[in-house]
Amino acid sequence: MGHEHKLEIFRGLVKFNSNIQKIWGVFIFLCLVTAVEVVLGIVKPEFLVHGRFLTMKYLNWIFIILTLVKAYYITWDFMHMRDEKTGLRRAVVWTFVFLICYLIAILLVEADYIFEIYKNNFIKFNF
Amino acid sequence: MEATVSKTGTEGKTWGGGTQPFNVSYGKMMMWFFILSDALTFSGFIASYGFSRFKFIDAWPIADEVFTHVPFLHGVPAPMYYVAFMTLVLIFSSVTMVLAVDAGHKMQQSKVAWYMFFTIIGGGIFVGSQAWEWATFIKGDYGAVETNGGRILQFLDTEGNRVALADFASPIPTDRVTHERKNGVWHYAEPTTRTTYDIAEVQKGFMANENLLIRTQYLDQDGHPIVLSREASIEKLMNDGKFVVEGANLRHNEYGHPLFADFFFFITGFHGFHVFSGVVINVIIFFNVIIGTYERRKSYEMVEKVGLYWHFVDLVWVFVFTFFYLV
Repeated sequence: MGHEHKLEIFRGLVKFNSNIQKIWGVFIFLCLVTAVEVVLGIVKPEFLVHGRFLTMKYLNWIFIILTLVKAYYITWDFMHMRDEKTGLRRAVVWTFVFLICYLIAILLVEADYIFEIYKNNFIKFNF
Repeated sequence: MEATVSKTGTEGKTWGGGTQPFNVSYGKMMMWFFILSDALTFSGFIASYGFSRFKFIDAWPIADEVFTHVPFLHGVPAPMYYVAFMTLVLIFSSVTMVLAVDAGHKMQQSKVAWYMFFTIIGGGIFVGSQAWEWATFIKGDYGAVETNGGRILQFLDTEGNRVALADFASPIPTDRVTHERKNGVWHYAEPTTRTTYDIAEVQKGFMANENLLIRTQYLDQDGHPIVLSREASIEKLMNDGKFVVEGANLRHNEYGHPLFADFFFFITGFHGFHVFSGVVINVIIFFNVIIGTYERRKSYEMVEKVGLYWHFVDLVWVFVFTFFYLV
């Protein structure tokens, strides 16, 4: 409705003069993030592939976090979520985030369990 | 009788009624909720991809061995580059879309039209690239052998390079006779596609070439596929090899687990369908802009709504890109 745009990104670290300038700024940022992802995906540095945090490779953590960063800036600046009322923002984003957390936790834990069954051929508890 | 309370005491408050608590029009709010539900659908797909992948975590294809092609560059292995290009095209078309929305706020008709036009072109390039990716994936690369248990065996030379079936399979001349009705009505219909070589030809060629090894689809600790010794390779191919697989379809996949192909077709297909419908909607709005519908309406909010949809398509691609090509 209102066409006022919040022109600050990175928690006020960068402030643009106009909406158009902000769009290009966010575009350059998204390109940089994608470039980092692609380079890491091709190079696959050894220490990032071998190191693990919570059973997931560092490299995959980096990919997923960078993806969420990109998703944030697309939603907040391209889709103007930054300019919407708090209520609308929460109605859309929180609903999504909570459901996804459930879904991923349940499906991935269950899949990992099935993997163990296949691997060890041993049923540990009620399958 | 004053039994009915006509005032609730919430007048003038945000949620007291008669106002727009979210400060958006009905259409825009519903576009947001549609996007939310669509996002949940895609999340369901991607999470179930994660389920299948975790289930076969030690036998899942490695994406940058699968998608190594760039148009016009035959035989040059270039993992990721083309899909990175596709990602940039889609992000760039998102930029032109948001510029169109911005121009709409300022009631600049011709600018909106031009930016919408560029957005449509970007969408077209993306869908075309997607089609090319599919075609390349379906056609396949080196070919492989599937075992009785449904595992995939791929071929390497002793230096560790992949070897295509065509490079070593030795043709065995056979006569194929068309089955006619007079010879009996009971017969199985021929499979519609036949592979270039059959399993016997591959086995013969494998025995004749001493430097060939078999790579299984199982990964070792470092995530590299396990390569069998020559003896183990021969034993595996001769005893377990069942038929030749070339390319990928919904049942067989020369790159590894068929579920990988299933999810690839399903998720990128569903996303590609979204891009396609986004392009169609953009074209409709584009013509509305041209004929001045929104000038007369004195509001370009429709551009904003399709813009939301278009950005959403981009948003989904960001996740598809990560979970199919990177992780």
